[in-house]
Amino acid sequence: MSILAILEQQNGQWHRMSWEALTAAQHLGAELGLPVDAAIVGRGVTSLAAEAASKNVAKVWAVEHDLLEIYTADGYTAALEELIRGTHPELVLFPHTYQVRDFAPKLATRFSQVLVSDVIAARNEGGLVLVRQFFQGKLNGDIRPSGAGPHFASLQAGAWRGDRLAVAGAATVETFTPKLEAANIRQKPETPFREAARAVDLTAAGIIVSVGRGIKEASNIPLAQELATALGGELAASRPICDAGWLPMERQVGSSGQTVAPKLYVAVGISGAIQHLVGMKGAKTIVAINKDPNAPIFEVADYGVVGDLFEVVPALVEELKKAHQ
Amino acid sequence: MKIIVAIKQVPLRDSQFRINASGQWIEESDLNFEINEPDAYALEEALQLREKHGGEVIALCAGPERAQQTIRDALAKGADRAIHIEAGNLHDLDTLGVAQLLAAAARPEQPDLILTGLQSDDLGSGQTGVVLAELLGIPHSTIIMHTEVRGDAIRVKRELEDGWFQHIEMPLPAVLTIQSGSNKLRYATLMGIKKSKTKEVKRLQPAELGAAAPLSAKIEKLYAPFKTKQTQLFDGDPKTAAARLVEKLKFEARVI
Ligand SMILES: Cc1cc2nc3c(=O)[nH]c(=O)nc-3n(C[C@H](O)[C@H](O)[C@H](O)COP(=O)(O)OP(=O)(O)OC[C@H]3O[C@@H](n4cnc5c(N)ncnc54)[C@H](O)[C@@H]3O)c2cc1C
Repeated sequence: MSILAILEQQNGQWHRMSWEALTAAQHLGAELGLPVDAAIVGRGVTSLAAEAASKNVAKVWAVEHDLLEIYTADGYTAALEELIRGTHPELVLFPHTYQVRDFAPKLATRFSQVLVSDVIAARNEGGLVLVRQFFQGKLNGDIRPSGAGPHFASLQAGAWRGDRLAVAGAATVETFTPKLEAANIRQKPETPFREAARAVDLTAAGIIVSVGRGIKEASNIPLAQELATALGGELAASRPICDAGWLPMERQVGSSGQTVAPKLYVAVGISGAIQHLVGMKGAKTIVAINKDPNAPIFEVADYGVVGDLFEVVPALVEELKKAHQ
Repeated sequence: MKIIVAIKQVPLRDSQFRINASGQWIEESDLNFEINEPDAYALEEALQLREKHGGEVIALCAGPERAQQTIRDALAKGADRAIHIEAGNLHDLDTLGVAQLLAAAARPEQPDLILTGLQSDDLGSGQTGVVLAELLGIPHSTIIMHTEVRGDAIRVKRELEDGWFQHIEMPLPAVLTIQSGSNKLRYATLMGIKKSKTKEVKRLQPAELGAAAPLSAKIEKLYAPFKTKQTQLFDGDPKTAAARLVEKLKFEARVI
């Protein structure tokens, strides 16, 4: 019985959330009295595995195969299914990355289990209790996995701190070669690419005013621009605003946009979905303007105005102009 | 091309939620419902594929009686027919249980393609499509922005992290989970609404579809999130609130 943390790499580079998953595994290992193993999947990953072996783990599996060089859902699922069947972990933890979203539910299904996804906290309370968000972050829920393991959970970005990882020892690294056949891997991936280069570098901005769906119509965007101008900052947006073409994609903040850490971030009519929060919660001071007092954005805000942005924003522009006089 | 679109009915995004007496779910009686947003994009993608390649779009929905409205809306937008799995309490099932129902209903249709949203606005598990593919033994891909049918295969544009994308090709039949915002959603026309009233909605009972797996992960308790930060909230008169905020930003946070 053990906890198995699945670490993610791409082209020999760690995904930063790998260390968050391992931190969570160490924390739960201590709480549940279980040893922690780690696994890393790919081709030529033994040196990464050796690095992981110094992070206070019992064992590291280097899951190696030519067919695992490039990620596919079919390949990763088959490889990890074989590893898990052979090693019987009680709990398998993943970072909640796009890649994990793509294959971990399939892997869990092979064991007639569900993946408890995007977990924000975990504890031992007469057994494992996992906490995750519901209704776009408006409510939290405790989930208790039942029945025999292995149980599967993926961990939300930033919920555990990778810099709190305990570093100790030199665990054994064991190479695991799964039996894979090219014919069983149905996805044929091509080389990843980026769309147009970014003309706007929001990461350099000291002040950002970010606008969300609360702005209602494209014709209201100038209102947010006015606030940005009054503050001497850049205008940014949540994803739906960029999807709708009201602002260019390069102004999108979040997991699929830019990650910013200005000294001041003003969120106007943004609910605070996790995919947005990961892109801005490093800001020094966060202000939220939202009519819903229960909007999750207020959980990360230092200052909040609960009210109609169409009244609050003009009033704010007015006050800022006064303050500058 | 025969395309199944799995859609779910969820509470309106702007809803205020109250926990129900069991403490394990929300009070639904005072809520309004709509189609899960990413599912609306999945439906749009299906309708566009049908316009290009011909064939049929079937809306598949598991949910209580009220889900009829969402099914009718999908028919009004252009789905040819629908299957309603009359599952009264979806939250008594976990993702695997729901996917088993959907798989059992989809299997006899032998679709060429199954589309669904990448996650639901209520549970946000982001798994139903992937699990469905596994149960049906067909390939899948997730967070899809664009699709292109190439004979008996499909080439998709998948979103990766940090602004990266990737094309992936896989044989049909397949399951794809569609990202919001990839298309412009159409509105139902008056003609569409009229026609929808005569379109077939097949009703299935969960019991006919076989036993669901026992719950392997149960919601024990729902509650309001704990605040991680001490937020200073200003409400009331917008002018006063704005003035106090500016003062705080200037003299306390010292960021302006
Ligand atoms: C894989 C994936 C990647 C994603 N990547 C990103 C990303 O990079 N960036 C991103 O932002 N999102 C991303 N999303 C989408 C994200 O989940 C949310 O859907 C999105 O952030 C919501 O945007 P919003 O807050 O503007 O809109 P909503 O959630 O609709 O919120 C609108 C808010 O405005 C408030 N409001 C409405 N009217 C008023 C008014 N008159 N005055 C004041 N307040 C008002 C409402 O109370 C509400 O809180 C991603 C999603 C997925 C699944």
